[in-house]
Amino acid sequence: MAECHPVGFQWVMEAKNRGATVIHVDPRFTRTSAMASSYVPIRSGTDIAFLGGIVNYILAGGLDFREYVVAYTNAATIVNDDFVDAEDVDGLFSGYEPDRHAYAPTTWQYAGQPEISAGGADTDSQRATAGPLRHESHGAPISAGVHRDETLQHPRCVYQILKRHFARYTPEMVERVCGVPRAAFQEVCEAWTRNSGRERTTALAYSVGWTQHTVGVQYIRTAAIIQLLLGNIGRPGGGILALRGHASIQGSTDVPTLFNLLPGYLPMPHHAQHPTFDEWVDGMRHPDQKGFWSNARGYATSLLKAYWGAAATADNDYRYDYLPRMTGDHGTYQTTLNMIDGKVKGYFLLGQNPAVGSAHGRAQRLGMANLDWLVVRDFFLTESATFWKDGPEVATGEMTPDRCRTEVFFLPAASHVEKEGTFTQTQRLLQWREKAVEPPGDSRSELWFFYHLGRLVRQKLAGSDRARDRAVLDLTWDYPVRGAQDEPSAEAVLKEINGYHVDTGQPLSSYTEARDDGSTAVGCWIYTGVYAGGVNQAARRKPGSEQSWVAPEWGWAWPLNRRILYNRASADPQGRPWSERKAYVRWDEQRGAWTGPDVPDFEPTKHPTYQAPDGATGPAALAGDDAFIMQADGKAWLYVPTGLVDGPLPTHYEPAESPVRNPLYGQQANPARRAYRRPDNRLNPSPPDPHSDVFPYVFVIGRLTEHHTAGGMSRTVRYLAELQPEMFVEVSPELAAERGLHHLGWAHLVTLRSAIEARVMVTERIRPLRVDGRPLHQIWLPYHWGGQGLTRGDSANDLFGIVLDPNVLIQENKVGTCDIRPGRRPTGPALRDYVAEYQRRAGMTTGTDRKD
Amino acid sequence: MGVRTWIASWPVYRQLTGTDPLGRGAAAKSAGSSRLTARTETADSVARSVCPYCAVGCGQRVYVKDGQVSQIEGDPDSPISRGRLCPKGAASKNLVTSELRQQKVRYRRPYGTEWEELDLATAMDMIADRVVAARDATWEDVDAQGRPLHRTLGVASLGGATLDNEENYLIKKLFTALGALQIENQARI
Repeated sequence: MAECHPVGFQWVMEAKNRGATVIHVDPRFTRTSAMASSYVPIRSGTDIAFLGGIVNYILAGGLDFREYVVAYTNAATIVNDDFVDAEDVDGLFSGYEPDRHAYAPTTWQYAGQPEISAGGADTDSQRATAGPLRHESHGAPISAGVHRDETLQHPRCVYQILKRHFARYTPEMVERVCGVPRAAFQEVCEAWTRNSGRERTTALAYSVGWTQHTVGVQYIRTAAIIQLLLGNIGRPGGGILALRGHASIQGSTDVPTLFNLLPGYLPMPHHAQHPTFDEWVDGMRHPDQKGFWSNARGYATSLLKAYWGAAATADNDYRYDYLPRMTGDHGTYQTTLNMIDGKVKGYFLLGQNPAVGSAHGRAQRLGMANLDWLVVRDFFLTESATFWKDGPEVATGEMTPDRCRTEVFFLPAASHVEKEGTFTQTQRLLQWREKAVEPPGDSRSELWFFYHLGRLVRQKLAGSDRARDRAVLDLTWDYPVRGAQDEPSAEAVLKEINGYHVDTGQPLSSYTEARDDGSTAVGCWIYTGVYAGGVNQAARRKPGSEQSWVAPEWGWAWPLNRRILYNRASADPQGRPWSERKAYVRWDEQRGAWTGPDVPDFEPTKHPTYQAPDGATGPAALAGDDAFIMQADGKAWLYVPTGLVDGPLPTHYEPAESPVRNPLYGQQANPARRAYRRPDNRLNPSPPDPHSDVFPYVFVIGRLTEHHTAGGMSRTVRYLAELQPEMFVEVSPELAAERGLHHLGWAHLVTLRSAIEARVMVTERIRPLRVDGRPLHQIWLPYHWGGQGLTRGDSANDLFGIVLDPNVLIQENKVGTCDIRPGRRPTGPALRDYVAEYQRRAGMTTGTDRKD
Repeated sequence: MGVRTWIASWPVYRQLTGTDPLGRGAAAKSAGSSRLTARTETADSVARSVCPYCAVGCGQRVYVKDGQVSQIEGDPDSPISRGRLCPKGAASKNLVTSELRQQKVRYRRPYGTEWEELDLATAMDMIADRVVAARDATWEDVDAQGRPLHRTLGVASLGGATLDNEENYLIKKLFTALGALQIENQARI
């Protein structure tokens, strides 16, 4: 955090100065470690074992915050009799179908539930379409009415299942799997539990490298289990804080440019599950479920009204027929492989540089070399714009400009000071930026580019009566433009995102006003309120020094300007703060309302003792102590009965590439991981398969303070290029001795995909670990470099193949295996021969991924 | 110069008699630096902005002089960042004013060996033509069972996550209406 989010880290230091204990767990000693109270090195890819050990510590000792756990989580809920835990089947939950590498999740349900799964789909289809991603704003649908045992004694209640599931995650096992000594682990367990409960809370911050694993979602799930058992969610000083690495990466999923989502986490329709509007809506909500997601029909109808305006009517299901349908995996990695296979004609890159920033850079470049046309919009000529001219494949002779058919348009982009609009930062806070100057030359905003591209396409299609063209021509696309460059009004777009009454044009003030009768249009329902009262709430700039510590008048947070989600849980079931020290939101009996320094995350006047009448659905079915109002049962989920594709509980699997045999289960890696088994995407062998000794080391990639992701915004900046002028690799003194590497000399790293070179930094920041009784070396390298810019070097992402988390289709590129050798890598055609030799040694002449 | 002024210009005197006993601030200021004026004071306008790098969302004040960005500072009013910027945020003036920034459209024709020039309006028109053609050539109306597909898999997009919400909204809206599904961004990566 000190390296990659230094300004956010000031708050950690402030807390430490006031007595907080700061623990840093990371494979590499960083500036964060230097400032922490204690530093715990860990083997990359083993976080579920580490965190699972803490869950075991809490449950074995009965150290959970029992009142919180019983009232606010599903600990008491009884699970289906047919559920079989992975502990009992050597690493597989009930329902695994080996031929499909996928689960049928029906047995994971709560007892007494009708047989459904998320959206009515099996996990194979859910995985292909990254279905669980839409649960970022809410849980999966289940029907109301679950069986609970609030004594937590029932053998099939979630609490007991959890206890059994993690019983083998002992300190000895943590040491064996993670390489964390027992004493260091014990210290973390004690500090975390001691600092949680009524009087104290503990926050967990993770960097989104956690998502870049084949078990990434389950990492975060394990963190959620700990924080819920200890009562650290919905309370000040608690929470799970994702440290996102891009200015508006939260906004990019809220208002998504993602294949499987529409704005506000509405799913893109699937051809088989959602052929009709009603089936699409019912796939989002269970007809008789609790909570606010039950109004999905209102959110869906209002989105279609925002898109297609007057053309969207009740008679035509609001032009649901205009939405494209998914048939499977249309994610960026599948699309890259489709480019290699010649199935994609045109590709837009918008401030993105996959030749450096995506896993398997070689596949990215070979894909781009097989397009009809490519549009790159950026500040500088990135590696993705110039791959045809001087990329690594040009160097090896595999590609020459006169044989590369791709037509390339490079259009310069406007910078953040040359346009106005909102970023959504990592805590869901929208902040409006004012425009300072006009963009230079041909530079334009994305807003300009897409507005005018749409205008031109509509001109070209004008008069057509084909249904496919009507979808474009009926689109509401009449944003006001201004200035010499005809820049569209970002504020007009923000107003549409917020939503408005169709008849009057007046902005909505809350998503509860969204209607399913076509009377409201809402571009992104979770953002409703950002333009409440016709005022751009994201532009508010009341100085922090002039308001409460919650600072509710700086910018605007979704939903409804709440700064801490699920803050009803900061009070006990009766509505009283758990302690005055940790008071936040409370029930005010005199006013008959919830009150506090934040917007209460609850119906404003619902009494804490309210009990829903029989047969109630939607918000009315939420009891006065159902703090988790977006969940279908009002409870936070320790156990996930539906909505995940790789199991209801986190389970330690080894990374897809690992030198270590899984000490916990016969199942080596996540059985449901998304793999693309093809010769141009080979993965290094891992135990129990032969030849894993060819790649004996674990490597981890990360960021430097002075650079930004694929380097397009930092290798081109003079000061930053000077501060970190060269690609390097960090190795421990022990590994340097083992492989003959010299400080400031050269080394190269090899995988089945490629070999890259870097200058060697021998440093004790990287320590060898003892794993399963033997030494294990980890290697760290930054991934910012490529062949363009003021400072140039090989790309770490060229080392990775493509294998993904099955829930969200994010690649595993925070851990892999490699070989490292002294000296520079071969150049020219010899580089491919060198990699081919490793492929031969790994027994990969014809094979691909291992079979499990 | 009077004697008094002359003595007061001596740093040690100021250090001993003034409000800066450690000599790390006002006492150490030279005559030269006291004559300087900060660019922030002479700016024509100031825009309230946000750093474009990571997602902490630090406040920036962008100072403009004669239509050019003259300085970028942390915004002390921000309850998030309290005026601080990291090395990247502090270097962002160079990002936006860099002479290395491409300001002209570049075009590389199929099998071309060099970049060529192209004007923006022509490029936009050519791109619109290519979108329409690629969409028509790869359009899928229905699946094998006759269920609607209404889409093209011939056009794809990958965006960074430093775009604005309003931009993402228009990108998604236009591509969805065009039937293009493979619209992705850094959040998947």
